Order: sequence, then C-alpha cells, then structure tokens
Amino acid sequence: MKFDRRTALHGMLGGGAVSVALPFLDCFLNTNGTALAATGAPLPLRFGTWFWGCGLTPGRWIPQKTGAAYDMPPELKPLEAFKDRLSIFSGFKANTDGKGAVPHYTGSMAIMTGAAPKGQGMVEAATFDTMVADTIGGQSRFRSLEVTATGNPSDSNSRRSSAVINASEPSPLAFYQRLFGPEFKDPNAADFKPDPRVMVRKSALSAIKDQRDALLGEVGAADRVRLDEYFTSIRQLEQQLDIQLQKPAPLEACKVPGQPGATKVGTQIDDVIANHRLLAGLMAQALACNQTQVFNVMFGDATSSLRKAGSTITHHQLTHEEPIDEKSGCQPEATYFVERIVEGFQTMLVAMDSVREGDGTLLDHMLLFAYSECSFAKVHSLESIPMFVAGRANGKVKTGLHIDGGGDPVTRVGLTVQQVLGVPASSWGAGSMQTSKSVTEIMV
Amino acid sequence: MKPHLRRSLAAACGVLTLLTLASCGDPAPQSSGGPATVRRVTKDQYVAIIGDVFGADIKIQGRFDPDVRESGLLAIGTAHVSVTPSSLEQYDSIARTIAAQVVDEHHRAQLFPCKPASPTAPDDGCAGQFLGEVGHQLYRRPLTGQELKAQVAVAHEAAGTLGSFYDGVATSLAIMLESPRFLFREETAEPDPDHPGTLRLTAFSKATRLSFFLWNTTPDDQLLAAAENGELNTESGLARQVDRMLASPRLKSGVRAFFTDMLGFDAMATLAKDPEVYPKFTPTLIGDAQEQTLRTLTDHLLTRNGDYRDVFTTRHTYLTQLLGAIYRVPVGTKGGWEAHDFPDGDPHAGIETEVSFLALHSHPGRSSSTLRGKAVREILLCQQVPTPPASVNFSIVQDTKNANLRTARDRLTAHRTQPTCAGCHKIIDPIGLSLENFDGLGGYRAQENGAPIDTSGDLDAVHFEGAAGLGQTLHDDPAATACLVNRLYGYGAGRAPVTGEAEWMKYLQARFAAQGYRLPDLMRTIVTSDAFYRISAPSKPDGTTQAATASPKEGKS
Repeated sequence: MKFDRRTALHGMLGGGAVSVALPFLDCFLNTNGTALAATGAPLPLRFGTWFWGCGLTPGRWIPQKTGAAYDMPPELKPLEAFKDRLSIFSGFKANTDGKGAVPHYTGSMAIMTGAAPKGQGMVEAATFDTMVADTIGGQSRFRSLEVTATGNPSDSNSRRSSAVINASEPSPLAFYQRLFGPEFKDPNAADFKPDPRVMVRKSALSAIKDQRDALLGEVGAADRVRLDEYFTSIRQLEQQLDIQLQKPAPLEACKVPGQPGATKVGTQIDDVIANHRLLAGLMAQALACNQTQVFNVMFGDATSSLRKAGSTITHHQLTHEEPIDEKSGCQPEATYFVERIVEGFQTMLVAMDSVREGDGTLLDHMLLFAYSECSFAKVHSLESIPMFVAGRANGKVKTGLHIDGGGDPVTRVGLTVQQVLGVPASSWGAGSMQTSKSVTEIMV
Repeated sequence: MKPHLRRSLAAACGVLTLLTLASCGDPAPQSSGGPATVRRVTKDQYVAIIGDVFGADIKIQGRFDPDVRESGLLAIGTAHVSVTPSSLEQYDSIARTIAAQVVDEHHRAQLFPCKPASPTAPDDGCAGQFLGEVGHQLYRRPLTGQELKAQVAVAHEAAGTLGSFYDGVATSLAIMLESPRFLFREETAEPDPDHPGTLRLTAFSKATRLSFFLWNTTPDDQLLAAAENGELNTESGLARQVDRMLASPRLKSGVRAFFTDMLGFDAMATLAKDPEVYPKFTPTLIGDAQEQTLRTLTDHLLTRNGDYRDVFTTRHTYLTQLLGAIYRVPVGTKGGWEAHDFPDGDPHAGIETEVSFLALHSHPGRSSSTLRGKAVREILLCQQVPTPPASVNFSIVQDTKNANLRTARDRLTAHRTQPTCAGCHKIIDPIGLSLENFDGLGGYRAQENGAPIDTSGDLDAVHFEGAAGLGQTLHDDPAATACLVNRLYGYGAGRAPVTGEAEWMKYLQARFAAQGYRLPDLMRTIVTSDAFYRISAPSKPDGTTQAATASPKEGKS
C-alpha cells in the first residue's frame, strides 16, 4: 500500500477538521531523491563496524599468502568457517602527519576519519560510518545504532565531529527496549492503525523546526554548526515518527526476539562476552526488522580494559608489560584476550549469518568492517593495523581475499568501503593519507 | 559561615561596591571578556531544573549522553557538544514521561494555575497561562509572543486530536522540554552603556550564568525578576542578588557540582576494581567515597569558611561504616554519616589521601604512582602532562613478580632509565610515590611484596616525606590556588580564560590570596565583576557581531 498522510489523517480522524502542515517527506524518496521508494524493493544494503582495542599479535594474524588462496593464520582460526565471506587487510598504515601519535586513538581515527587526530578526542573529520548512514540509512527507523559490550556509553568511535559523538548503548535490556519497546511497529502484524499520539507528536515538532532560522541567526559560526546538528536530529526524529505512521512492509526475516534479562555490564571478560552475544543477536534482528541499516559495535574499548575475574591486570596493561614468549611468539596472558576478541568477532558473524533472508542470510546482504587501533599494542604500532571486511554486501564486494597494502595508508580501505556502499567519494583522507586509490581487488 | 556574619561582611564591602568594582582592594584591571557560549544543560542540571519547576517527585527516566571534558572541565565541554539523533530520541522520551507526570491527576492540581473550561477540549487561555509560566522558568526568560502562540497552538491541536486538554498541554510541554531554547543555555550580548565600545551579557543571560554557576540550576523567580526589571544591570542590584544567592543553601549544590566536575568524579560511574583483590569495593562504597570528599570540601569551604589550601592537609572528614572499613576506623552510625578527625601522625590528611582520589587514580588491581602523580599535576595544579610517545616498551614497569623489583618505586625507577620515558615520568612518578602507602582502593599498607615502602617524594624542587608531606607541599604551592581560580572561572564562563583576561586572572588570584583563600569570597569577586559578564565581539555568519542587532531573547510577549 502506498502511504499517504492525508489519507491516514482522514481515516484516523474520521475526516474531521485538522490543520497539519504536510511537507513532502524525505523518507518517501530514495537516497538520490529521484524516485519514490516502492515496497517490495530489493533487500536493503546494511553496513556495520566492529571495533576492538589493542590489536592482534604480529606474526600470528597475517596470512602468508595473499589473494584468494590465503591460509588462515593461528589467531584467526575461529573465523575459518567464514573464510569465503571474509577479506583480510594487512600492511596498511596510519600516518600521524606530524601531529604526534595519540596512543590507542590515532590508529582508529585515521581508519575512520581519514586523518590523524590532533589529540585525544580531537578529530579532523567525521567518521565514515556517518557518511554511509547518510547515504543508505534514511529508510529505516534509526539512522544508525551504536552499542558497546564493555559498559561505558562514552566508548564510541562514531562521530560527526569532536563534539558530536554517537554514544553507545551498553545494556542489552535497554537496547532491546529502544528497539522493540512500545514504539516498535511489527512489520508482520496483521493489523495496523496509525497512532494518533504519534501523529500529534510529529506535528508538534514543527514548533521546534520553526525556530531554526531565528536561532541559527543568533549565534556564532561554531555554535551554528552544533545547533544545526540538533535540527538534523529533529528531522531524524520526525522521520522515525513518520515511519511509525506507515504500515511497514512485511519482512519475512523479522522475528521479534524475547526480552533479555538485566545483565551485569562492565569490563570483566565473561560479562563482556555475554553482553556482546546478546547485543549481536539484537542487532541482527534490528537489521532484519529494518529498524536500522547501519550500526557500530564496540567489543572492547580502545585501551582494552578487558580483564579476567580475580586478575589484577587488564588486557591493555598486559600488552605493555608481559614479556614475549620466545617459543610461541606471543604474550600468553594478553593472547588469552586476543582469542576472546576473535571469538567475539565470530559471534557477530554467526549472529548475522543465522538470520535467513531471501536467498541467503543477513551476512550476504551487508558489509561488516572490523578494525582495531594499532597492530602491536606493546609499542602502539600504527603499521599494519588489522582490518577485515565480512559479508557480500548484496554482491557488491568480492570476498575471501587477503590484501597486503604494502605500507599504503589505511584510508585506501575506508575509501573502498564507502564506494562499495554507494557514498559518492572519489578520493578521501587528509594529508599524506589522502587517496583516490581504491582497493579494486575487492570491488565488483 | 553563619548567614548573619556573612551578611555583615557583605555590607561592609557593599558600601564600597558602589564606588569601585573591587570593593575591598585594588581596582580590577581591564579584561577583554570572551565569547558568549551556548552550553548544553548537563544531566544534573536537567534533573535540578525539573525538580525546581515541577517538584522533586517527578521521576526522570532515560539515558543522557555523556559530557565531554575540555580544558579540564565538563562545563567547558558543554559549550562544544551537540544533540545527536540518538540523544534527541532520549530527550524526547524523557520529556514525554515528565510531561505526562506533570499533567496527571495527582500533579495538575498543584502545578496548574487554572482549570480548563472542559477537560476534553482545548482551552487556549488556561494552556497559555500554564505554558507561559512554565516556559519562563524553562527558557530562563519570558517567552516571546510568537513562541507562546506556537506552544498554545500545539496544545490546541493535540487537545483536539486526543480529546483531552491535559494531553494537549503535555504534548506542548514535551516540545518545550526538548526545544533547543531549553536544552541549550544560549547567551546573548548587548552594548554595555557603562563601558562604551564593549559588550556585556544581556540581563537574562547574566541571570542564567549566575544561577548555573552558583546553584547549578535555572534562575529562580526573584533572579528572573531582577533581570527583567533591570536591577541586575546595576551594581547594587547585582550585589543584592549575589548576597542572596551566596547565603542560600543552594550554594552547596553549586559548589558540589563544581568540585564533582573539577575532580573528575564523572569517572566514578564506570570505575571498576577487581573483586578478588579488593573484596570491599562496591558501587555503594565508591558512591560513599565521592560523597566523603564532597562533604569534606563543603564543610571546610562553606560551613567553616576555611582556607582552600587546607583541603590538602585537613584531618577533619566524614565517614560511613563502609568507608570506616577501608580507613580502619570504627564508625558507629548505621546507614549514615559521622564526623571523624584523623589523629596527628595518621597518614590520612587532605582530600588527596581520601579513597575517592586514591581509587580513581589507580589500576583495577593495584595502585599507580604514575596515574596519581599525573592527577595531582593535571587536576590539582592545572598542569598538562604530555601523552606517552609511540613505540615504548613497558615490560619492566610493573612486572610485579620480579624478585629484584618488588615495590612500585623499584619498577618505575628501572623504567625511568629509558630516556624516552624519563622526561615525563620524573615529573609525575615522584609525586605519586609519596602515596604508595595506599593501595589501589585507598587502604593503608606499610609494605609491598614484603618490602618496606619508601614514600619520599618530589614536586618540582620540593622534597617531602609521605602523604602528609605531599599535602603540605600542595598547600604551599601557588599553582594549587591558581589552579582553583582558573578552573572556577572557566567553570562559570563555560570556556578557558582567554589571553585578554590574563591580567584579570592575576587580579583574581591576588584577591583570593588577600581574602585568605576563601571560596565564597572568590565566587563573590567573580560574580560581582564586570569582567565575568563581558563579551568579546563574536562574528556571526553574516560577519556582523551579536550585539549589532537587538536580541530576540529580550522581546516581551
């Protein structure tokens, strides 16, 4: 059914007199603004990031061979089952461009913003997940969703600027309520009635929108940008309400999950694994039920605070302090956490792959980008920071490859991911990391 | 300080206030002022405002986005953050639950100044009366005619659609609570007639800055009235309001909010300790630890009107039974607080020896001289410690099982022999090492791994012994009092002091010293000055300055 707000209003109010402004709605347009989005369209394309802190162990995660016939290295063994839908990027480097390396921060922000940050918390540009969200995220209830498994809402790499940070939800229960609470419209529900309260709320937002020009005219340039971001959020809220007023198209893959119980959030590794598993499952259903198309997951924080119950030391401290065992080539205690991290990534892949959708699974209809902030945490190394791409992105990427960047900037990977997802970027990055050289090996 | 005593002191200075800016000393130097700010209200402020306007029994449920720390303060970060889609979603949800409570049958009788003609139909008169009164407090100024009209229209339409007057008003109120006019404290400037060529905050912006600085909440009716009738723009009128505000019990909330920010207590919410190493650690304990420090500070600085320098040496504090277990002090009061004086010679003296400071600046499973030393430098002395360089090998630092390096001092000394690390560690570790008698939770210990702990320390050129020595060194260090002045001013202004305020900051420090380092006096000096409200000309997008046009905020309905 094609939705028409005027029809809905009349149906709802029995044709009674109402005065509501009826602007043409962005959400009825496709992302190019060239055509009305029709129901029964191809399955949406999704994008997710998956982050962990303190890297992997050099010599234990990089395959010997490049290309399709790569060997699965020891630290990546849990990902074996996904080899044909996983690409490994090694040898890509973050440059500091004379700004100094901020430990556990420069690497991730170089990967996500294309520029070395000026300092802790001071980025030069938006992280590219926000550009992807602006490109593909406009058709769902949430433009993007952010979660963290280590308990701290401040742990989020997704930001439009230094000050505009998309905070992470740490609690699976709260995340469930945000997704599937009273405001959720089940796409497979038999009947649908637009809620007059939602209609009223949406209409009322115009009282705020009407203040925009006056308010922006009163403040200086920097504050104007901040307040404009606020009004962007208002439009996003308006769009969420619009979506609640439409009868959603049925989605076969959407199965509303049960509500999780309250869990203990924190940095203790068993809690992290349990919360991450719940968050991953909820995120998969958020995608299947078209609540979002873009998400960001923090398995661990940048200075990996993961710790064992009863231990005096965190993963981060271990990476710096534990001697390297000559026989295995790793730091045994720190490696315990590396193994849990890689298993965590596997958990995320399994969660996405276990939702059947159309001719495949969610994982086939998405691109999942995993990355850390350094390669060898012991010395905060910015050379060869581990990055992975998983999923088939509706056939838009070639997968199952090991790409060796040979010392090229990390921005080549970010640019490629953006291009695959339809962000109109021909070059990306700043300073010595500016590049227009996509990783064409993975592009279809 | 007793109110009557404080008032008489104020009166003594007040006579002179009329004559010169600095009532009891040298005249204040010129100040450039700084840019006006647009600050996002914090979670604590939001909660306080809702309590003030609608009553403390209104429940606030939802998540607030974390604040961002800049130049040492979250208060300065609030002038740089925005509202993301997910955070607006939260504000929307919080606003609707508040509005629903405000209009419920229980609250409407107390909170509405009028009754609608019919509870099932719009009533623009009553809606306008309620929304106008509430909006005045929420927007910290009267609503403009246009604003009120828009809010009434929202209530009207919603009441019609939903068939309920109160649901209509709730819809409109929720919109007000998520409006940028409420969520952001937008400051506006106007030409200062007393100092031609300069700009000052408009009276309502002045009232707002004053109220959030001293009380951490929205201006009350009296302050708004003083802004509206021009009283706040006269020296005597301002002094009257300042007297009233400094004498109010709400000053304590303001001072607590300031130290919560300055001491970084926001990190307490995510502080974790290993339960097997520190079985006494619980969220309740750490909440008590934070409260202990805030009580120590407000008792010393407000109740006793004490010298700020003595917060580093004071032996007078407050304890609960949970804290007593860490300090090894018997606490008889069940479920409450009692005063305690640590005896002379006890290692506990000053807020830097309290659990809040020691636990916050430690690792989850052990103490950290480096983190503590860095915290003393950055938080208490306002000195920036550089971040560690890339490619550093930390192997030796805390290999706690090394039989030759049993104490933190041994391990750090070994680490400092690496030239790339030495530069920074030599200015932070010797401070923190003096606190090594306290473990990662703040409990006392005489030995580490069976070896006696040497707690001698250095801060710049001063050598001292133990925690008490550190406290005395901080007490005597002019950087500590200058740091407080700097932070307090930045906290009130919402930005770090600018170059054109350098002389003014020096003056503030001199006044602070001349007044015996009394915090309320320092606050008074700041809020009764012109400098605090002076605005440097900001550029608008069209290149004009803010004051060039009449402020719409001052428009009356």
